[in-house]
Formats: sequence, structure tokens, C-alpha cells
Amino acid sequence: MTEIMNGSLHLWLIPVLPLAGFLINGLLGKRLPKFLVTAVALLAPLAAFAVVLIAAASTFFPQGFVRAMQGYDICCPDRAPSWTETFGTWINIGALHIDFAFVLDQLSLVMLLVVTGVGFLIHIYSVGYMKEDPGYARYFAYLNLFLFFMTTLVLAGNALVMFIGWEGVGLASYLLIGFWFSKASAVEAGKKAFIVNRIGDVGFLIGMFLLLANFGTLTFTEIATKLGQDPGWTGGVVTVIALCLLLGATGKSAQLPLYIWLPDAMEGPTPVSALIHAATMVTAGVYMIARTHVLFDHSPFALSTVAIVGAVTALFAATIALVQTDIKRVLAYSTISQLGYMFLGCGVAAYSAAIFHLMTHAFFKALLFLAAGSVIHGLGGEQDMRKMGGLRKKMPVTFWTMTVAVIAISGIPPFAGFFSKDAILYAAFQQGSLGKVLYFVGLITAALTAFYMSRLWYLTFTGETRSPDAHPHESPWSMLGPLVILALLSIGGGWISGAWTGVGNFGAFLGPVLGQTATESGGVPFEIILSVVAVIVAVLGWFVAEWLYGQKSEHPAQLAAALPAPYKLLANKYYVDEFYGATVIKPLMAISTYLLGWFVDKAILGGAAWLLGGIATFSGALLQRWQSGNLRSYAAWLAAGAAAVLLFFVLPWSNVWPASFDFIWKVVGH
Amino acid sequence: MSSFLSQEVPLSWYLLLSALLFTLGVVGFLIKRNLITVFMSIELMLNGVNLSFVTFAHQWHAVKGQIFVFFVMMVAAAEAAVGLAIIIAVFRARATLAVDRIDLMKL
Repeated sequence: MTEIMNGSLHLWLIPVLPLAGFLINGLLGKRLPKFLVTAVALLAPLAAFAVVLIAAASTFFPQGFVRAMQGYDICCPDRAPSWTETFGTWINIGALHIDFAFVLDQLSLVMLLVVTGVGFLIHIYSVGYMKEDPGYARYFAYLNLFLFFMTTLVLAGNALVMFIGWEGVGLASYLLIGFWFSKASAVEAGKKAFIVNRIGDVGFLIGMFLLLANFGTLTFTEIATKLGQDPGWTGGVVTVIALCLLLGATGKSAQLPLYIWLPDAMEGPTPVSALIHAATMVTAGVYMIARTHVLFDHSPFALSTVAIVGAVTALFAATIALVQTDIKRVLAYSTISQLGYMFLGCGVAAYSAAIFHLMTHAFFKALLFLAAGSVIHGLGGEQDMRKMGGLRKKMPVTFWTMTVAVIAISGIPPFAGFFSKDAILYAAFQQGSLGKVLYFVGLITAALTAFYMSRLWYLTFTGETRSPDAHPHESPWSMLGPLVILALLSIGGGWISGAWTGVGNFGAFLGPVLGQTATESGGVPFEIILSVVAVIVAVLGWFVAEWLYGQKSEHPAQLAAALPAPYKLLANKYYVDEFYGATVIKPLMAISTYLLGWFVDKAILGGAAWLLGGIATFSGALLQRWQSGNLRSYAAWLAAGAAAVLLFFVLPWSNVWPASFDFIWKVVGH
Repeated sequence: MSSFLSQEVPLSWYLLLSALLFTLGVVGFLIKRNLITVFMSIELMLNGVNLSFVTFAHQWHAVKGQIFVFFVMMVAAAEAAVGLAIIIAVFRARATLAVDRIDLMKL
């Protein structure tokens, strides 16, 4: 530790390497040969990943990763390695002082490993997926740009630097959703994502202003110190700040009421959906709450709000996912639902459980999306599950990796999703009566999750093919390789939780940053009972899916016909888009068109401009006559003017306005 | 020593003469159509002003006024040289010196 304290971890390299990739491919990509574009695009995240690993090894695991995972180096929270690198002052006005500072601690390390690691895998996958696309270089430039902003967001030592990354990933998301910009729906989806995120960003911004006004700093550690010094900071302004930050988080992480952009974001290329709209960017809200958790800890109300938003979103999105037919939309609603779990975890102060679920979710949701992308690729762009089926034999690698992901997300041990989801539900159950209610909401969601994922699996891979004209083929190895690696991570990624397996202790590792919550080291037998319940519920969900979709049967249609109203409600996604359209967009459009467009713009501004222009034209037309071109006329006016001035000074009646004369004299004289 | 100006001729006479010369110049400038006459009217105005400069310089015993007169004479000489050259050029191009007919800046 001591020797590296004097050196530097070169954290700036982590974002700058992808930025270099973006600049090279963005500026020169069209002129470079394709293999060079690929090399630059892949080397950037790989090198960033390597820098992260080196920094992690020298800071957190001086005795090696294996021993660290066995719990040797993470025993002592007081050591709490947190590495800050400052690259200069950004703003220095009066009391306001903001640095360009990066912080590497346990929390940002976990996020960086996920972002650069999974990001690199998805870059590899994209090489195969986007091979034929004319915008190949542009695609990788955007992808590298995303990594630049995401790593900036994660490494940020204060809220303003985080905001750079926050806005930047929004931009990258917008560019990639609208990547196929000749398609109208993709452009619309990009705009929708951008605008909905702006609403959340307003919350983040107001939260920052309030932080500055009340704490005088945006640096996370200083805020924590100031909050810790004065136990009087509870409720009131802290609640308002926390709720503003929560609004920002709901925008970025697609929670109620701002989740509506994420399903539409599926218009982008599938690897983008995997990286940005499932594994990394949408988890930024969870990361932000974890990063600012001291604020939430001081406001029970805000914390409960986070938990309720999370649980309600989880259930809400899971029910919509039940009846969707587009394979990517099922996964999109599933992502919203899983993000709801993470918010639930944050809301019951089990931040490390939320971050743990963030990590395992990144593995299996990226895998689900990439496997779905492989299916779509193999079927030549088909996304409707009703036209799939029987792909098991045609795409064996995709089938097996997808199976792993489905089991992982359903929460079956020993796959990754089980440990993280269990940790959240267990933590929720221990948080009083509200926690118990939310626990049952989470439990129902778990059953629904198992159901809709099994449904997706059955519809896609089993039975007979429902579109005989298609000629499905297995994807190339550049796509299957990342699938296999992610499948391994989806199996083993949960074992570091410390529950049951004894391999590491994730909660203790994050403890120095996020605080040790008592809930995560509670009584073991009780936890086992809850786990068993969760597994039973998941199996129940799978069983229903098996009954409905396992064989070629009329059951789904019969069920839909028996319950027409709920089915229609779900199929139309609770009419939320229509509701927002009627209550927000239409009034806004009306105000824009009539009040702002017609009245303010056309009548007031247009009228004023017309008036000024008219005065100028009219007076110009009058004065034009003066400029006759006749030399003697000019001379006459000149002489008349001189005579007038002379008269004014000479004649005694100039004393009639001595005040004005004095004034002119003062103005001219000084 | 007493100036020959002092007792015999009062100050106002000089100024009246100066104003008369200047007004003649202005009137000539305005009513004459021949460019050379207009030009001479300008000289008349300049000299009217020179006269009042000299008068005041004498009255207040300030040498500045006389220096100004030298400047004005020098500028007038330069103006005469350049102005007459332009007049000749205009006459060669237009074959006229009527001011009302040379009101365009292009040929």
C-alpha cells in the first residue's frame, strides 16, 4: 500500500483510452481499413480493463485476487483503501471549489470491472453482429464514446464530474438508439429516451444545487463527513435532496414514472441494448444512489420512497413482460423489473446487495440480450417470438447459453441471480412491516420473472418452427465466444456473495464504502427458509409456463380469451404511453402551438419585429429623398444646419432651456 | 507700441468683413453651377475665416490664431493643387463643368 501511495494509478487512462478509440474511429473510421477499425475498437476497452485490473491489484488486493476472494485482505474496514486522483481545478469561484477528481474505491472498482469487462465482451460480439453494417466504424466510435462517459461517471469524485458522465452516457445512448437513423421509429425512440432523461436530469441538477447551497461542496466524501459530524441532519432538506436525486435516478434507470423510454430504446442494435440498456448505463441510477447513500441514510422517508418505487416498478414491469411478443421487449421490461429489485435493495439500505444484483444482472441480462441478438441474427432480423420456435437444434450454443441465463434470472441456485435476488429479498423482509409487504411484492415478481423468462425460452427454442420459410443458422464464434464467457459468469458470478459458499464476502468488501448493514449477516436458518420459498415460487412460475407453452396447446389463447380485460390491459402496457400522451404531451403541444407558437412567437415577437422593420422601412423611404445626389442641395442643408447651430448659441432665447443646455454641455464636455 | 489697428478701426468691423466674406462664399457655393466658381467660393470662405482668426489673435494677444491661419493657408494651397487637377480630369472626361451634371460618382 505505502509504495503505491506515492505513485499514481493513472486512473485518467481508464476513460481516455476509449475516448482515443472514439476519436480515431469517429474521425478516420471511414478511411481506415476494417480490420484497423476493429482493432482500435477492441483495444480501447481491453486496455481500459487492463488498467482497472492493475489499479485494483495494486490497491485492493496486494496479496492477490484469490486470497482477497477468500476474505483475507478485506477483513479490516478501517484500512478502507480509497484512491483519489485530482487532475486540476475545474471551478473556483468564491467558496465554490470543484476539482476534476477521480476516486477508486471498492464501489467504483466493482462498477468499473463490470463496465469495462462486460463492455469488452460486447465489443467482441458486436464485431460479428455488425459485420455487414455500412455504419461499422460509426457504431464502434459511439460504443467507445459510451465507455468514455460511463467510466467517467463511475470514477467521479464529486457530483458535477459524475454529471458529465451522466449526460454523456445519455448522449451515447441517444446516438446508438437512433443508430439506424433512416428508420423513423428509431429516431423517435432516440428522441423519447433523450427527452425523458432530461426530466430526470432536472431532478439531479436541483439536487446538486441544494447540495451546494446546504453543504457548500459536491465532493461525495466531504458530504459524508459533514453529515456524519452533525447528527441533526435528518429529514427536511436532506429528504428533498434525496428525492431530487431519486428523480434523476428514476430517469436514468427507467423506474416509475419515467421508465417509458427503455422499451422503445430497443430500436437500437441488440448489442447496444445489452451494454447500455441492460448491463451498464441503466444501472447508473442505482450506482448514484449507492454513491450518495449517506443522504438517503439520513432520510427514512426518501429511503422508503426508493424502496416503494423499486418494488412497484419491479411488479409493474414484470406483469407487462408476461404478454409481450417481441423478444427484445420482454427483455426490456425484464430489465426495468430487475432494476426495480436494485432500487428495492437500495431502499432497504442494503446497498451492497443492490450493487451485487447490479453485477450479476449485468452478466445474465447482457447474456440474455446477446443470445436474443444471436437468435435475431440467425433469423435474419425476426424479433416476434410467435414466429420462432424449434431453434434448439439449429442454434445449440445460443440455446445452452440462453438456458443458463434464464435459470440465472429466475433465481435458481447455484446460478448468479439466486444469490443477489435473495440478498435483496432477505434484506427487505427484515425492514419492518413495510419491508414485509415489499418482500411479498418482490416474491410475486420473482414468480412472474420465472414465468415470462420460461415463456420466452419455450416460445423461442422448443416445439416446431412457426415460420417454415426461415433458415436459421448458428452465429459466428465472435458472437458465441462472449456468450460462453457470460454464461460462465452467470453461473459463478454469485458465488462471491459469501452466502453458503464461503468464497469471499461481497458485502464486507463493499462495507468500507457503503456501510455494513446488519441485515446481510443475519441468522442463517431463517435466510435458508426464505431462500427455499423463493426457489419454490420460481419453480412455480416455470411450471405455469411449462403448462401453457411447453406443448403445442391452446392454453395461452384460452387464458387470454377467458380474461379479456386484464389481457388487453397488459398487452397495451397499462396504456401508460397513451396516458402520458393525453396528460402531458398533448397539453404541452397545445401550449407550445397556441400560446408559445401563435401568441408569443407570431403575435408578440413577430409583431414587434414587423413593427421595427416597418418603422425602419418607412423612415428610410422618407429620408431617401434627402439623398438626391445634387451637390448644391447637400451644401444648402449643411449651411442651414450650421446656421441653426449658430442661432441656437447666439440668440437670447436659447436661455429658455438652460437645464437642457447644461446637460448637453456636460455630455459633450466630459 | 500702439497698433495701427487699435484706435482707428474697431474690432467689429473686421468681424463684419469676415462674416461678409464667408457669407459671400456660402452664397456663391450654393448658387453657382460652374465647378471653378464653386471652388473659388470655398477659397473665399476659408479666407473669411482666416480674417476672423487673425482678428481674434490680435485682440487676445494669442499667437495660436495666427498659427491656425498658416495651417489653413497651407491646406488651401494643397486643396487648390489637388482640386484643380480633379477639375481638369473631370472636364476631360465629361466635357462639362456644370455641377448639376456631374452628380454620379462613376463615369
